[in-house]
Amino acid sequence: MNIFLPILPELSIFISAVLLLIVGLFVKNIKLIINLAIITLIIAIILVLVQPVQSAFNNSLTIDEFSKIAKTLILIGSLASIVMYHSSREDLNINLFEYPILILLATIGMMIMVSANDLIAIFIGLELQSLTLYVLAALNRNHLASSEAGLKYFLLGALSSGLLLFGLSYIYGFTGNTNLNLISTTVTSGNIGLIIGIVFVCSGIAFKVSAVPFHMWTPDVYEGAPTPVTAFFALAPKVAAIALAVRFLIVGFSDIAFDWQQIIIFLSIASMVFAAFAAIAQKNIKRLMAYSSIGHVGYALIGLACGTPQGISSLVIYLSIYLIMNIGVFSFILSMKNKGEYYENISDLSGLYKTHPYYSVVITILMFSLAGIPPLAGFFGKFYIFIAAIESNLLLLAIVGILASVIGAFYYLRIIKVIYFDESKNSFDGFSHRSLGLLTHPSAILILIFCLYPLPLIKISNYAASSFF
Amino acid sequence: MSSLPILSIIIFLPLVGVALLSLINSTTANGERNLKQTALWVVCLNFIVSIAMLINFDQSDPNFQFTESYFWLNSGISYHLGVDGISILLIILTTFLMPFCILASFESIKVSLKEYLIAFLILETLMIGVFCSLDLVLFYLFFEGGLIPMFLIIGIWGGERRVYATFKFFLFTLAGSVFMLLAIIAIYMETGTTNITYLLQFDLAPSLQYIFWLAFFASFAVKIPMWPVHTWLPDAHVEAPTAGSVILAGVLLKMAGYGFIRFSLGIFPIASSYFAPFIFTLSIIAIIYASLVALVQTDMKKLIAYSSVAHMGFVTLGIFTFTLQGIEGAIIQMLSHGIISAALFLCVGVVYDRIHTREIDRYGGLVNRMPLYAFAFMIFIMGSIGLPGTSGFVGEFLVLLSIFSVNTYFAVFATSGVVLAAAYSLWLYRKVIFGSLIKDDLQDILDLSYREIIILFPLAFLTIFFGFYPQPLIDIIEPSTIQLITNIANDVAIAEPASYEPVIKMESEY
Repeated sequence: MNIFLPILPELSIFISAVLLLIVGLFVKNIKLIINLAIITLIIAIILVLVQPVQSAFNNSLTIDEFSKIAKTLILIGSLASIVMYHSSREDLNINLFEYPILILLATIGMMIMVSANDLIAIFIGLELQSLTLYVLAALNRNHLASSEAGLKYFLLGALSSGLLLFGLSYIYGFTGNTNLNLISTTVTSGNIGLIIGIVFVCSGIAFKVSAVPFHMWTPDVYEGAPTPVTAFFALAPKVAAIALAVRFLIVGFSDIAFDWQQIIIFLSIASMVFAAFAAIAQKNIKRLMAYSSIGHVGYALIGLACGTPQGISSLVIYLSIYLIMNIGVFSFILSMKNKGEYYENISDLSGLYKTHPYYSVVITILMFSLAGIPPLAGFFGKFYIFIAAIESNLLLLAIVGILASVIGAFYYLRIIKVIYFDESKNSFDGFSHRSLGLLTHPSAILILIFCLYPLPLIKISNYAASSFF
Repeated sequence: MSSLPILSIIIFLPLVGVALLSLINSTTANGERNLKQTALWVVCLNFIVSIAMLINFDQSDPNFQFTESYFWLNSGISYHLGVDGISILLIILTTFLMPFCILASFESIKVSLKEYLIAFLILETLMIGVFCSLDLVLFYLFFEGGLIPMFLIIGIWGGERRVYATFKFFLFTLAGSVFMLLAIIAIYMETGTTNITYLLQFDLAPSLQYIFWLAFFASFAVKIPMWPVHTWLPDAHVEAPTAGSVILAGVLLKMAGYGFIRFSLGIFPIASSYFAPFIFTLSIIAIIYASLVALVQTDMKKLIAYSSVAHMGFVTLGIFTFTLQGIEGAIIQMLSHGIISAALFLCVGVVYDRIHTREIDRYGGLVNRMPLYAFAFMIFIMGSIGLPGTSGFVGEFLVLLSIFSVNTYFAVFATSGVVLAAAYSLWLYRKVIFGSLIKDDLQDILDLSYREIIILFPLAFLTIFFGFYPQPLIDIIEPSTIQLITNIANDVAIAEPASYEPVIKMESEY
């Protein structure tokens, strides 16, 4: 039995998911399923945190500080997404007990991705995650946009999985190994076949993290999918895919860092700049958040492009803050409704501040933080990323990033402008559902007070980075 | 006093006020009055605390006093506060102007009073933090954080084109400042710390100094503002509510002047002396160009905004002469402009509250109905011109003196700015106050109320008092300034030992 101990958190989620599937067939009580899923995730968080550092299954799964932190972030994201689903399932008319179970299954996939130290484990984790996400995107099957989003995501996702698998086969072919540690011992520079493999894998990963130029699916899927699913897309899979990229590139190919760095630098610059400009014209807030997430991935990739301890540490800081901000924003978006009808256009928010002052303050904090204005947490995320970039002499990245953040500030400010400066148009329920307030308020408070005591997160992220170096 | 963290108290006392304000229910009968009085008491209390700090301030000590240092981000980036002769008066100016801002808003703010007062108190915290910070990252935090409340103040309570103005303000300032952030990070990489007391002693390589200087310059030039990036200022001033303009002209512009003295001069002395002619040129253009533009304005606030650009030109001129008079003159000019331009905007606010227009042509002959107002307005106009006997004269004179000792040509151009200032200021005064009272809606305009007298006359008193007796200010400023220019002189002498000429003159008496 001891060999299963390292994957105890994944196992517990898996067992719970299977049991819930059976329970859900006989007990027509979705609330019970949701509660049990939440309890499962909380138990999993505890199990992940108490796990010792180790490796399992012939070193094809690694449990280190980095994977533990990434898993915790993923589990928090899944948890938030289930809570969001709970608050909106009645109004969105998607009363399906499968939702929390699908989330649990996707979570297992992501946890494997984060731990995967072997090409095969990488692909298994990625596919388990992807297949569930396709289903989730199309969850609202009576809704045209949702089905379209699911299909679009599936077609493009399958293509990218194919690219990724193709790349993995090249790497195996040119190194003779599937284990990342073993691969790293045989890596030599100038090995063209290997580089082709890395390029394909990077393209596949770029698709999963929605980095430009593999971002096309993101706005449509974000807009079409039910909002709790959109929130889930923006939270957990992003963290998982970036963590996967970090382990794959840093553990496997740090010797030829120069070769893959260029790819990451390009992805990063393209994402930051493209998102900053493209988001300006958006009218739908979910589409806007899609472009916003593209931009944020661009910043996180700066940390990866550095490939230094400081870079990985800043990446962890950035992802953690990004996760908290997005939990706040998406639970806010879910509370944008009036008598069961959801608002999705930015202009629907106009004059919100006159009717709901406190509610507006919360979204203002979140938006300024997303824009990276001090003293809010979003600033510190960018601050550490730029420290890493300048330390690694990636000045170009830092300058492009900082200019993109100024342009990006414009579209976040536009939301604040609509809320504060425009005339009141619609009436809102506010945080009609208690659980949404439970997500938005703590995240806004965390963002606000982060500057007072940022030390714990910095320590944790340094700890996480130390597992690679 | 060393045991009491007085600077932290001054910084965070307004936030306590914010907490109090958010507890008050503004919908009750006395709600609005409670809000106003709470905010007023908090800012007055903060002023008293800052005066207590001034009394305990050791004027003979050129080093940082009341220092506090706590662990923050890591060993190099800490929560480090302190004041010296250069910054303490700017803190006093901030806490001094706040009660007037709150008072001036009592009648003019009709909607969302609570949020308005909260925004102002948060702004006060951030402004004081800028002047107290002895850590670059902390400084940046306060410097940029001020954008958030100001963005909302202009955007919510501003005039008709407020959205345009506030976006321009925000994006201009942000675009300038981000380069400073990169430079701060690069400095941190270079030296391993962002502690300002350490960096003031640290000799950065000249080639790095040039780059960092330009990055900091980008930020401060937008904020102060210098020609050609001054265009946000007139828009922001025109659209901001009266108190917003007061804070903008009175304090926010000073943050950049302070930044030039503290960082550009203190940390990058070699680059500063290298770029000094460049700054002189821009300042001269700013002085003459802004004055000429001010001459053709039809909007009172816009005219005063352009005069601010011109006056700030004198500040940058003085700072980059590296002489004792120049820097002292620049600081006194900042303090005096803080009082005078704030008072001028308050004066505009007085008539705007009555007639709801800022068009100069809509006024005329106000002296017939408003003698007290005419009197107060006159003092501030004279101060703005820099007439001897007002505080405006002291600063401008010291700056002109120092620029004359450095370069005569620049002095000639700068002095012409004084003449132009007289032209547009007197023109404004004549159009608004003198002439015959023929406009219909001015026939029964009321003179200053008690509240407005309380606002304007202390400012008028200070304008004249420091015009005749600026010595108390100079006593406070001088030791730290002498230390600063000694450091600069040493650094520049080390950098270019062969060709070193005493461009930087040490004169403690004049």
